[in-house]
Amino acid sequence: MTSLNKLNHIVIIGAGHNGLVCAAYLAKAGKKVTVIEAASQVGGAAATREFAPGFRVSSCAHLLTMLDKDISRDLQLESHGLSMARKNLSTIALGQDGEHLVVSGDQVDGKVSSADQVAFKEYRRFMSRFAKVIGKLHNRIPPRFASGNRSDLIQLGKLALDIRLLGRDDMREFLRIAGINIYDVLQENFNSDLLKGALAMDGVLGAFSGPRSNNSVFTALHRLSGNTSDPAGSLSLPRGGMGAVSDALASAARKHGVQIRTSCPVARITMEGDRVVGVELANGEQVLADAVVSNADPKTTFLGLLGARNLEAGFAQKIKNTRAKGNAAKLHLALSGLPEFTGLRAEQLGERLVIAPDLHYIEKAFNHCKYGEYSARPALEIVFPSVSDASLAPAGHHVMSAIVQYAPHELKGGWAAGKSAFTDVVLDLLEQYAPDIRSKAVMAEMLTPLDIEREFRMTGGHWHHGELSLDQFLMLRPVPGAAQYATPVNGLYLCGAGSHPGGGVMGSAGRNAAKALLAR
Amino acid sequence: MKTNELKARDHFHHHVYPSPFHSRQAQANKQNVWSRWADYLSVPTYYDTSLEYFSARNSCGVFDLTPMVKHRVSGPDALAYLNRLVTRDVSKLKAGRVGYAVWCNDEGQVIDDGTIFHLSPGVYRVCSQEHQIDWFMTSALGFDVEIVDETHDVAGLAVQGPTSCAILKKMGLQGVENLTPFGMQSFAFEGTQLGVSRTGYTGDLGYELWIDPEHAEVLWDRLFEAGKFHGIRPLGSEALEMLRIEAGFILAGVDFLPAQHAVRPTHTRSPLELGLAWLVDFKKPVFTGRRALLAEQKRGSRYALVKLDIDGNKVAHDSYVYTRDKTFAGTITSAMWSPSAKASIALASLEAPHGKPGEELLVEIYYQRELKWNRVMAPCRVVESVFWDPPRKRLTPPADF
Repeated sequence: MTSLNKLNHIVIIGAGHNGLVCAAYLAKAGKKVTVIEAASQVGGAAATREFAPGFRVSSCAHLLTMLDKDISRDLQLESHGLSMARKNLSTIALGQDGEHLVVSGDQVDGKVSSADQVAFKEYRRFMSRFAKVIGKLHNRIPPRFASGNRSDLIQLGKLALDIRLLGRDDMREFLRIAGINIYDVLQENFNSDLLKGALAMDGVLGAFSGPRSNNSVFTALHRLSGNTSDPAGSLSLPRGGMGAVSDALASAARKHGVQIRTSCPVARITMEGDRVVGVELANGEQVLADAVVSNADPKTTFLGLLGARNLEAGFAQKIKNTRAKGNAAKLHLALSGLPEFTGLRAEQLGERLVIAPDLHYIEKAFNHCKYGEYSARPALEIVFPSVSDASLAPAGHHVMSAIVQYAPHELKGGWAAGKSAFTDVVLDLLEQYAPDIRSKAVMAEMLTPLDIEREFRMTGGHWHHGELSLDQFLMLRPVPGAAQYATPVNGLYLCGAGSHPGGGVMGSAGRNAAKALLAR
Repeated sequence: MKTNELKARDHFHHHVYPSPFHSRQAQANKQNVWSRWADYLSVPTYYDTSLEYFSARNSCGVFDLTPMVKHRVSGPDALAYLNRLVTRDVSKLKAGRVGYAVWCNDEGQVIDDGTIFHLSPGVYRVCSQEHQIDWFMTSALGFDVEIVDETHDVAGLAVQGPTSCAILKKMGLQGVENLTPFGMQSFAFEGTQLGVSRTGYTGDLGYELWIDPEHAEVLWDRLFEAGKFHGIRPLGSEALEMLRIEAGFILAGVDFLPAQHAVRPTHTRSPLELGLAWLVDFKKPVFTGRRALLAEQKRGSRYALVKLDIDGNKVAHDSYVYTRDKTFAGTITSAMWSPSAKASIALASLEAPHGKPGEELLVEIYYQRELKWNRVMAPCRVVESVFWDPPRKRLTPPADF
């Protein structure tokens, strides 16, 4: 048994980005912090790994869009090696006929009407503005309703004020659309099917929803809501892949004195009486702590590591009922050269490509998922990070990373049988846009939600550690009673994407958790 | 509960079941008035409420408690499960013993109360007033435990009163007199097993008999045959209501609102507010409601459920309770004229800080005399001891008759 200085010792389960951010802030404030990670490298779902000899790819999240600028500054991530290989990626909506649209900032270029171009400027304006209201919540500990606590009331008042300050027309529009589906909003604003398809993609990425599902506007707003110095929703590719973000965070954390132990799966959270007193590792080692902060998802934390029997029954039931069905798969291709996409110049492969030709296409793709099937014609978000960052592939070679929707966590017939057929479905689809892609693919790796669940230890393979929706946001995330990072179990805290404000590699949940701990 | 068992039950076609004792109840039910208790027909009064009451106090009353909701809890985690479910420490309940218990939601508000029978090592029966299978299953997450609603599989009779032991002995239950209060034992009976527990809802010497429904009628017949010269009488629910108020027992839905029925969350009660602090064992590290109850203990309770001894002979049904300077202090939940205590007695839910033993209060009683309404502000006081507590309740072996 390792005897660690018990006083002020905090153990963090999981060296994902939120765990590292939380650790760094706690250590900065003078706490003794140990981060315990199951995988052999830090980063969780913000990681880079080799998937074919010489080919490296961001294994889960593959674009940086929300990393909090205050965290970057406080932890001096640039001095710890974080740099961008490419910033402000455009989105290219791939047309089935080779006629593509290029969306950059508030500009749309390609075969669209001038009315759509004007409408898009307005759409960008109000979406960015509404996203700011949500973004302002990211770095606050969620207020509680009816707690009688003054600071809770002030927080709630601030939110009401932020909405009111939108002005009459924007406030009405915000309240009208924030909870509804993006299908209706896009239909109201645009004519181009291809533009609507590409924009709808932002409303369904990583969510168990189609464009016609309620909450898809909120998903799109959340994606634009990062507290960054770039325009809302700007996309970047970190040099060295997403793992570079985690490496910089780990380096910053270590500088502040954090001890990080990798390849140490936590078997369970240990209790003494009604208090959490540490963790037991899979190898039987006991690590004592005054507080345990879990960066694992809420179901893994409470029902797995702690055990429902150590919770009161109502709370355990609430955790069980949280929705965490991942339905996005990842496809990684190792390529002998850049494929040729019909109608695209080679350098345009450095941008973000979207295959979602229209709204119905995505909705139909989602229909399959509802019934435990993968999409016959999936919607894709594709990047070729090696175009901007040669370090990821051998010279002259390239890697492709695509988010593929939809793939259910539980496939009818099982993924063991269905995975290679699904990979073929996606490759067949890609061939329609890039006829030579198969011939250039040296190796393909498909990560189904089940694989993502296993590799990243996320229940349901859900990259937000639980559906990010209005009913699981702010003081409702993950559930009331645990939404302020402290949990009903003495000495146990949450700091992961399952807490407010969710995933998306922004780090805010980790920092808020540190704030909540330090305030106690 | 297994799905196939649910399907096999066609209870939704029947609005209400006849009890397995129905044929015998029908013969004895001179009033021919029936009421409903949970899933079953029940008898409010067989012939005369007062006489039935006195039979239980002076000889022996027999009450059909088949409708009581019963659950079987077993499996490797049965004890751990029950300990997380209820507020008391079930590990102290040895096999062959029965314990009273309450269970709460996370807010520390009482969902229901009931009795836990430790039937054999690791196998328990939990009786409750309300259907609890949903909450029990919800609470089972993370436990290796089997929970079955066995309400319809077990027939029950309460045999209560001073001659009850003598009657059971006469029926052939040798050694039944050695059962201590809250003890239980199984007897061979007519080719089946008859479970006997020294428990009841009357605050007197008494037993509860548990048997499979096929043997219900023969049990009834043998019992009444054995008690022929010991004043045995069937007991209806109205007489039982009198007996339980005298004994100071609370009733779900009457003295407190079961938490899962509450629309207004402030209308529920915690065990501390029901005078059941003795049932709450904070030494257990985890049980549902613990966190809220610890907070309540620190902050102070909102209510106190108390026993009132009221001057005069008017019954304080549904009355308001005031302080002596006539400020509102609470309401009556159960009231009666107690024939045994010769007093108007009541259970009342008082707002904090009222309810200290000995506190002098007023009860505003409205009563009719020949259709004319009258009002009296009756002085009353909070009392600690129950209104009916005879030594024979505890005496082992009980006196013979």
